[in-house]
Amino acid sequence: MADKSNADQKDESVVTLAHGAGGGAMRSLLDDLVVPQFAGDGESTVTEPAVGLPELDDGAVHPVGDGAIVVTTDSHVVSPRFFPGGDIGKLAVAGTVNDLAVMGATQPTALTCSLVLEEGTPTADVKRVIESMAATASEAGVQISTGDTKVMENGEVDGIVVNTTGVAYVEGGAFVTDAGLEPGDRIIVSGTMGDHGISLLSAREGFDFTGDLESDVAPVNAIVAAALEAGEVTAMKDPTRGGLANALNEMAGKADVGIELEDGAVPVNGAIASAGEVLGIDPLTVANEGKVVMAVAEADAEVVLSAIRGVTGGEEAAIVGQVTEDHAGRVVVDTGFGRRYLSEPEGEALPRIC
Amino acid sequence: MSSEQLQFRNPEQAEQLADRLEALMDDIDEPVTLMHVCGSHEQAIAKFGLRSLLPDGLSVRMGPGCPVCVTNMPEVDEAVAVAEQGAIVATYGDMFRVPGTQKSLADARADGAAVEVVYSASEAVELAAENPEEEVVFFATGFETTAAPTAAILAADPPPNFSVLSAHKYVPPAMEVVAEMPDVDVDGFLAAGHAATITGYGLFEPFVQEYELPVVVGGFEPVDVMLGIERLLEYVRDGTAGLENAYPRCVSEAGNEQALETMWSVFETTSGEWRGIAEIPGANLVLREEYAEYDTRERFDIDLDAGGPDPLTEQCICGDIMAGKADPDECDLFGQECTPGNPVGACMVSSEGTCKIWHEYGGHPDL
Repeated sequence: MADKSNADQKDESVVTLAHGAGGGAMRSLLDDLVVPQFAGDGESTVTEPAVGLPELDDGAVHPVGDGAIVVTTDSHVVSPRFFPGGDIGKLAVAGTVNDLAVMGATQPTALTCSLVLEEGTPTADVKRVIESMAATASEAGVQISTGDTKVMENGEVDGIVVNTTGVAYVEGGAFVTDAGLEPGDRIIVSGTMGDHGISLLSAREGFDFTGDLESDVAPVNAIVAAALEAGEVTAMKDPTRGGLANALNEMAGKADVGIELEDGAVPVNGAIASAGEVLGIDPLTVANEGKVVMAVAEADAEVVLSAIRGVTGGEEAAIVGQVTEDHAGRVVVDTGFGRRYLSEPEGEALPRIC
Repeated sequence: MSSEQLQFRNPEQAEQLADRLEALMDDIDEPVTLMHVCGSHEQAIAKFGLRSLLPDGLSVRMGPGCPVCVTNMPEVDEAVAVAEQGAIVATYGDMFRVPGTQKSLADARADGAAVEVVYSASEAVELAAENPEEEVVFFATGFETTAAPTAAILAADPPPNFSVLSAHKYVPPAMEVVAEMPDVDVDGFLAAGHAATITGYGLFEPFVQEYELPVVVGGFEPVDVMLGIERLLEYVRDGTAGLENAYPRCVSEAGNEQALETMWSVFETTSGEWRGIAEIPGANLVLREEYAEYDTRERFDIDLDAGGPDPLTEQCICGDIMAGKADPDECDLFGQECTPGNPVGACMVSSEGTCKIWHEYGGHPDL
C-alpha cells in the first residue's frame, strides 16, 4: 500500500506492528518482499511444489514418489509467556501440528525446535516451556527430533522465541488446500471462536473479568483426521491470527466464492463474548489456537459434523454457514436483524475507549 | 453477556419496531433525517445490520460522535512531539494510529519513541508510578465518559512525573454547531447513552428549547436503537420538539453528580477546532489553572513545526462525513488510498469512526 508518489523513497519505510498482525498489511509485505524472491520461475530444474509460497497456504506440499511431503514452519513469541490455558511451548507445537493438519496431513512425521533465549531468562521458565512442548507433541503423536538453541544478550530479544518446523507425509493427492471451496459447501467450525485472542488480551492487560477466560491452544489433528475420514472436506484452515474473519475471507478470496455466515450459529463461549463486548473486540476477529474451520460438501456436512463432535475438543462444533456464488471474495453475516460484511481485521486489535 | 443485554438483542422485537417505523413514516409521508452523535450507535447499527430494517425515506446518519475522529491533527502532533522529546506517552488504543500532520503515535513508536496503549486513566498513573525517573504523559481523549475518570485521577494527587495532554471534548456545543449548519437538515437527534450516564439527560433541555428539535437519549443494543428511532419519529410526526430518555436503565436526569463535580473542578471549556468540522466555542476541555502543574502543555516546550500534511488529506472528506453531510462511499479515498491499515483520516482509524465502521461492515444494506 505504498504511496506511489513516494516510490523512490520506499527503502526508508520501516516495519510496523501492523505488518505482523496478518491481513492486508502483512500480505503486501510478503507480496512485495518475500514471495517473488523465493518462488521459482517455472523453468528451473528444481521440482515445483504442488502447493508453494505464492499460494500463501498454511504449509507447502512437495510431491515425492506416490505421495507428498507437507512442510510448515512457525516462529512464536507471546506475551505473557504463560497464560491461562497454555504457554508458548504448547502454542509452538500445536501451531505447527495444526498447520500440517489443515493441509490434510494429520499424522506428523517429525517436529523441530529452535529456541532463541534472552540472557537472564529464568532456567525454570525454559524448563517449563520444554516440558510443555514434549507433552503437547506426545498428545499430537509426534516426536521433536532435532533443534537448535541460541542465547542473545539482554534486551536483544524478548525472553523466549520458539520456532518449530513440522514435516508429514500424505498419500498421493490426499492433501487439502484452503482454496477448494465450491458453492453449496457448508462451513463447519470445530468449536468456540475467539478464546485464545480474547483471553490473552485480557491476561496481558490485567483485566479481571468474571468467568474463566482460557486459551483454546491444542492440537487439532485428531479432529481433522475424523472429519477427513467421514466425508469430503473441500478446504480447511486453522483460524489463528485474525480469527475466523481472516480465515473465511482468505478462503472466499482464493476460491472466488462468497460465504454466508449465520451469526447466531457461531459458537462463542459466554465469558469470551462478554469480555469482547467490554473490550470492543469481536471474538470472530481474534486468534484461535485449537480450532479448525472447513468447507464440506453439502451432502456430507451432517456426518462430518457428528464425526468432529465425537472427538475430544470437537464437542461444540457447528455448521455456521455456506458457500455461495454471490458476493465473490466476501463474507456476509446474517445477524438475525439484517445483513452485513464480516471483514478482515487490519492492524493490531485495539480496545476502544467508549 | 447479561440476560438484560440479551433482552435488547431480540430480533423479533426489532422487527416489530421496524413495522412501527414503517407506519410512522407512512404517516409522516416525507423523507426524514435523524442524526446520532455517537460512534457506538453507528457500531450497533452497522454490526447488527439495522439499516436494512429501516423504512424507505428514513435516513439515520452519524454526526460528530467520535471523539478520536474530531481530535485535531495538531493535538496528535503535540503528543508525537512530547514522545520524541523522550517522555513516555500513554494513550487509548483508538488514538494510537490516528495520523497527525506527518506522524501518528504508532509511527513515532516504530521510530523508537516510548508509546504505551492503556485502557484507563488510572493505568497511565500506574505507569508513572512504575517509572519515577521518566516523564509520563497521558494523551487523554474522549467525551465526558473518559473526561470524568481523567479528572478523578488528577484530583487524587498523581505522581509528580505524571501529566495530562488533554484532547477531551464536550458534546453539547458540537450539536449546536451541526444544527446550525445551513446545509445540514436534521429532524432529530439520538443522543449518546454513555455520555449521558455522566452528564444526565437534562443537559439537552436547553438545546431542545433553542433549536426546537427532538432529542432522545438511546442505548446501544439493537432494540435500544430502534426504540430511540421510534420515539424520534413520533416527535417528527407530531411536529413537536421534546426531550426523552429511552435508556432509563442507565441514564438519569441529573447524571452522576459527584463525577460531574470532579470533572468541572479539574476541567474548563475552551474554544477548539474539531477536525474537519469547525472551530467550536466551548467544546474542548482543558485543565484549570489549579492543575497547571499536571498540564503537559505547561510542563513541556512543544514546538509544532511539523511541516505540511500529506497531500492526500486534502481530499479527505472526514469533516463532511462527521457533519452528516456525506456518506463514506462518497469519498474518493474510501477503501482505496484510505484503509484501516493505512488511514488518511481519523474516521478510518477509530472503531467509532464512520469510515472504519463502513469499511468493516459494509455501509448500505444491499447485501
